[in-house]
Amino acid sequence: MSAVELTVTDLAVARGGVAVLEGLGFRLKAGQVLVLRGPNGSGKTTLLRTLAGLQPPMAGEISLPPEAIAYGAHADGLKGTLTVAENLAFWARIHGTHEIEPALADFNLQALRNRAAHSLSAGQKRRLGLARLLVTGRPIWLLDEPTVSLDQASVALFATAVRAHVAGGGAALIATHIDLGLDADIFDVGPFKADPQAPSRTPSAFDEAFA
Amino acid sequence: MIALLARDLRLAIRAGGGFGLGLAFFLIVSVLVPFAVGPEAEVLARIAPGILWVGALLACLLSLDRIFQLDFEDGSLDLLATAPIPMEGTVAVKALAHWITTGLPLVAAAPVFGALMSLDERGYWWIFVTLLIGTPALSMIGAFGAALTVGLKRGGLLLSLLVLPLYIPTLIFGAEAATRGIGGFDNTTPLLMLAGITAAAVALLPFAASAAIRINLR
Repeated sequence: MSAVELTVTDLAVARGGVAVLEGLGFRLKAGQVLVLRGPNGSGKTTLLRTLAGLQPPMAGEISLPPEAIAYGAHADGLKGTLTVAENLAFWARIHGTHEIEPALADFNLQALRNRAAHSLSAGQKRRLGLARLLVTGRPIWLLDEPTVSLDQASVALFATAVRAHVAGGGAALIATHIDLGLDADIFDVGPFKADPQAPSRTPSAFDEAFA
Repeated sequence: MIALLARDLRLAIRAGGGFGLGLAFFLIVSVLVPFAVGPEAEVLARIAPGILWVGALLACLLSLDRIFQLDFEDGSLDLLATAPIPMEGTVAVKALAHWITTGLPLVAAAPVFGALMSLDERGYWWIFVTLLIGTPALSMIGAFGAALTVGLKRGGLLLSLLVLPLYIPTLIFGAEAATRGIGGFDNTTPLLMLAGITAAAVALLPFAASAAIRINLR
């Protein structure tokens, strides 16, 4: 995990063709946890999706090592008819890793390993979704509200996993509203809010169709 | 990619996976047509290649929207897009999984259902061969259509409208090759055209479909 660093320069991100954040600039170094703050609808999810490569930035540059991102979204990407262990083993194989036991242990899922994912509670599903991050073997975690529907004990498990991850040279960018008890830097997206009325920021219909 | 194929096949076989849906539809068509047309073996044998091909095509269409929609809804598609597998590979594997769970059973069952349509042995053979060559194109073209409509709620109707015109060349050459083969004529040209459509679809459409998915994920 050498030279793990995410650098963002003068980035503008858009949702539905309308700029939501602009002029963003920050650095995420190995061993660092950066917490994204901002009210609902301020563009945190859009920013994370852009950084994960799921949508192109409107302007600016994102510099990061290839194949470094593990993205954790609102949806966990679980298949209800597969068991907990099968779900995790699938993502492990996709990412070319094979060890799922540590991830099961870290999120206290061993007792549930042979349960079908559709019979899990919301919090258990979330824990399984977070355990997926561990089996990706990727150094930079981009997490979108990772603690939704987790109880206090599970939040503590999650915080421990993040601590272990950054201690091992990884990094994490987390959009969250609660205090995780982590030694984290705060990045507030509020000041970077784009003016949606600005004409230069609204691409024409032609650009949108062929972008 | 093998992991993805194994997962898709496993999902298809588990409860509610949709495996056998196309096959059941195909069976229903083959059983109902003789009742509707009448029991004259000669008439049935003459229309059998066309009916079996239309039946296979519609059976294939039935399960198309599952290819990407379920993965889109539960977030797997986002995660696959950030995974080390290129999106083109994901699309190709998912089309292959669709073919194995839908096209291949149809190919295997077609001679059996051909018996319901009073086909002779030569008929079994040519239905089997033309479906074997043609159904991969149906799955691949269908995967492209599914990729275009993946973000849409109730996109099934639009998907059918998009995909059916693209299926027509496959249908024409497939049914033509089968009809000529059964009649004892030379069917090299339609067979080669059918194989060409399949080869072109498999070679080109993964790129088009993955571009469509990337746009739909934004």
